[in-house]
Amino acid sequence: MTSGPNLVLVGVNHKTTPVEIREKLAFSQAKLEASLEELVSSPEIIENIILSTCNRVEIYARVENTDRGIQLLQDFICDYHGISRGNLDQYFYSFCDNQAVEHLFRVSSSLDSMVLGEAQILGQVKDAYSTARSSSSTGMVLNQLFEKAFNVAKKVREETGISERGVSISSAAVELAKKIFEDLENHSVMLVGTGEMAELAAKHLISYGVKTVYVASRTYERAAALAQTLNGCALDFESFKEEMHKADIIITSTAAPTFIIQKEMMEKAIQRRKNKPIFLIDIAVPRDIAPEVNELENVYLYDIDDLQNVVNANMEERQKEAENAMDIIKHEVTKFNNWFSTLDAVPTIVEMRNQAEDMRKIEVEKNLKNMDHLSSDDKDSIHLLTQSIVNKILHNPTINLKKKTQSQDGHIYLKAIRHLFHLDD
Amino acid sequence: MDKISFNIALFSYLLASFAYFVYLVYRRPLVSTLASGSVGLGLLSQTISIGIRSSLTGHGPYTTSYEIAMFLAWFMVVIYFLTEWKYKIKDLGAFVIPLVFLVMLVSVFLSKEAGLVPESEVRFWLTLHRTLSIIGFAAFSIAFAAGIMYLIQEHQVKTKKLGIMYFRMPSLEVLDDLNFKVITIGFPLFTLGFMTGSIWNTKMDQGFFAWDLARTMPLVMVWLVYGLVFFGRMATGLRGKKAAQGAILGFVAIIGTFFLHIL
Repeated sequence: MTSGPNLVLVGVNHKTTPVEIREKLAFSQAKLEASLEELVSSPEIIENIILSTCNRVEIYARVENTDRGIQLLQDFICDYHGISRGNLDQYFYSFCDNQAVEHLFRVSSSLDSMVLGEAQILGQVKDAYSTARSSSSTGMVLNQLFEKAFNVAKKVREETGISERGVSISSAAVELAKKIFEDLENHSVMLVGTGEMAELAAKHLISYGVKTVYVASRTYERAAALAQTLNGCALDFESFKEEMHKADIIITSTAAPTFIIQKEMMEKAIQRRKNKPIFLIDIAVPRDIAPEVNELENVYLYDIDDLQNVVNANMEERQKEAENAMDIIKHEVTKFNNWFSTLDAVPTIVEMRNQAEDMRKIEVEKNLKNMDHLSSDDKDSIHLLTQSIVNKILHNPTINLKKKTQSQDGHIYLKAIRHLFHLDD
Repeated sequence: MDKISFNIALFSYLLASFAYFVYLVYRRPLVSTLASGSVGLGLLSQTISIGIRSSLTGHGPYTTSYEIAMFLAWFMVVIYFLTEWKYKIKDLGAFVIPLVFLVMLVSVFLSKEAGLVPESEVRFWLTLHRTLSIIGFAAFSIAFAAGIMYLIQEHQVKTKKLGIMYFRMPSLEVLDDLNFKVITIGFPLFTLGFMTGSIWNTKMDQGFFAWDLARTMPLVMVWLVYGLVFFGRMATGLRGKKAAQGAILGFVAIIGTFFLHIL
C-alpha cells in the first residue's frame, strides 16, 4: 500500500537465536525509554514499542515505508548494541501488517513461548506497552493494537485450556493436590527422604499455601537441615510411620531398595485419619510405596511415572488448545485489520474531497467574476448549491470506499481511487 | 395464564439443562449466561404459575401430586441458586436442572384438578409436613448432584485418567463438604417433615401407626440411608465415596417413592 503508514515488526526470539546472541541484544529496562524516544525521533518511524525479555527482543513500529522501516529497525538494534549487521542478519525475522499483528497476538497469548501457555509473557508485553506509553512513543495505532492484544490474550486464556494444565512434575502434583483438597492452606505435607525433586515439589506446595511441613530422613541431620529451609519440623526416620496419619500429602524419595509404606500401614493411618483423604507422591526409584496402597479408599497414590504421564498428557492438551487459540487469533487479526484499513481510507477520502472542493471554488469564483449583476446573497446561494452538488456526487464513492476498505481487496479500491483522482502526484 | 407460565418454565428448564451441559463440556461464557438466564426465567414463570394457581385454589401448592411436583421443582431451583451463589459451582446445574425438568415433565401428566383442603387444624400440620419434606427433598437433590460429581472426579483421580472433567470439576473436598452440608440441612427438615406427617395422620384419626405401609416404607428406607450418611460421618468418619453413594441412593429412593405415591 502506498497510501498509509504500515505496521512492521523486527525481532529475534528463542527459536531463531541462541542465548549468546539474545543476551547481547536485550534492552535494559533503565535505558528503554531513551531508546524508544530515539527511535520515534526518526522521520521514518511514527510509533514504536520495544519488547525485551529473556526469550525475545522485538520492536513493533508504525513506519512510513515498510522496507525502509525494517532496515532502519534492524540497524537500530545492531548499532545500539554495537554489533555489526552482517553477523545478525540470519537471526532477524521481520513481519509487516497482518503478519505483524498475528505475531503480536500469538506472543501475548503465549503461543510463541518456550513453555506453551505460560502466564509471564503477557505481563512482560504489558510492561513494554506501558513503558512505551509513558515515553510517548506510541500513537493511535499501536495503542489500539496492544490493547487488542491484551484482550485477545485474555480471551485465549478464558476460552481455551492453553494455560490450564501443569506441565512440570511439581505443578502437576500441586494440581492434583488442589483437586483432592481444594484449599491447601489448612493441609500438611510430610517428606520422607530428602530428594531434590521432593524438595522442589514441597516448595511448590508451600507456595500454594501448605503451612505444616514434616521432614523425615534416615540421617536426622539432613532432615533437620531441610526442615529448617522449609520452615517445618524434622522427624526421626522410624517415627514417620507413627506420624504418617497427620499428613495430608506425603512425598517419598528415599533410596530404600524395598517398599517402606505397605498397604496395611496405610490402612491403619487412614483409619486414624477418620477416612480423611491422603495424597501420596512417590518420587523414589525404586518406589517407596507399594502400589496396592492405591486400592484403599480415600488414598490417592501417584508415582513418578504417573506424574510424568499427567505432564505429557497436559503438554499434548496444550498443543491441541493452541490450535483453538489460533482460530481465535485469526479471527481477531481480521477484525483488527478491518479497523486498520478504515484508517487508511480516511486520508484518501479527505484528499479526494479537498481536491473536489478546491476545483469547485476555483471554477465558481472564476465564473462569478463575470456576473456582477448578482447580489451577494445570490452569490452565496450559488456557492451553497455547487457545494451541495459536489457533496452529492462524492457521497456514494465515499461510503463505498469506506465499506470496501474493510474487505480483503480494499487496498485495490484505494489504489484505484488515488489513481483516478490523481491524488499521489 | 398459570398454564402459559408453566409451559414457559418447562421450556426454560429444558433449555437450561442443555445449556448447563454444554457449558460443562465446552466452557463458553455465552452458554453460561444462557444457562443462568433460562433458569432464572424458568423460576420466575414457575413462581407466577404457582402464585396464580394458589390464588385460584385458595391454598398453597401441597394438596395434589401435581402441586407437590411443582413445589418440589421450585424448591430445587431455589436451593440450587443459593448453592451456586454460595459455592460458585456452576456445574451442579448440569445435574440438578435436568432433574427439575424431569419432575416438571412428570407433572404435565398429572391431574390438574384442585385438591381438597382439609379443615384448619389438620391443614396446619399438612402444610408443615409437605413444606418441610419438600425443602428436605430439594436439599437432597443437591447432595445427589454433588454425589455424582464426586464419583466422576474420584474415579478420574483414582484411575489417573485425568480427562476434561478433571479440570472442569471442583475438588473432592469441596464436593464432599457440599454433600455433607446439604444433608445436614435436608436431614433434620426431612425428619421434621416425617414427624409432622405422623401428627397429621393422627389428626386425621388414622392413628399414629395406621400408615399405608407400602407407601411409607420406602420413606423409612430413605430416612435410614440419609441417617446413616449423616450420623456415620460424625461418628465414624464415613465420607467421600461412600457418602456420595449414599446421597445418590437416597435420592433415587425418593424419586422411586414419589412415583409410588402418584401412581
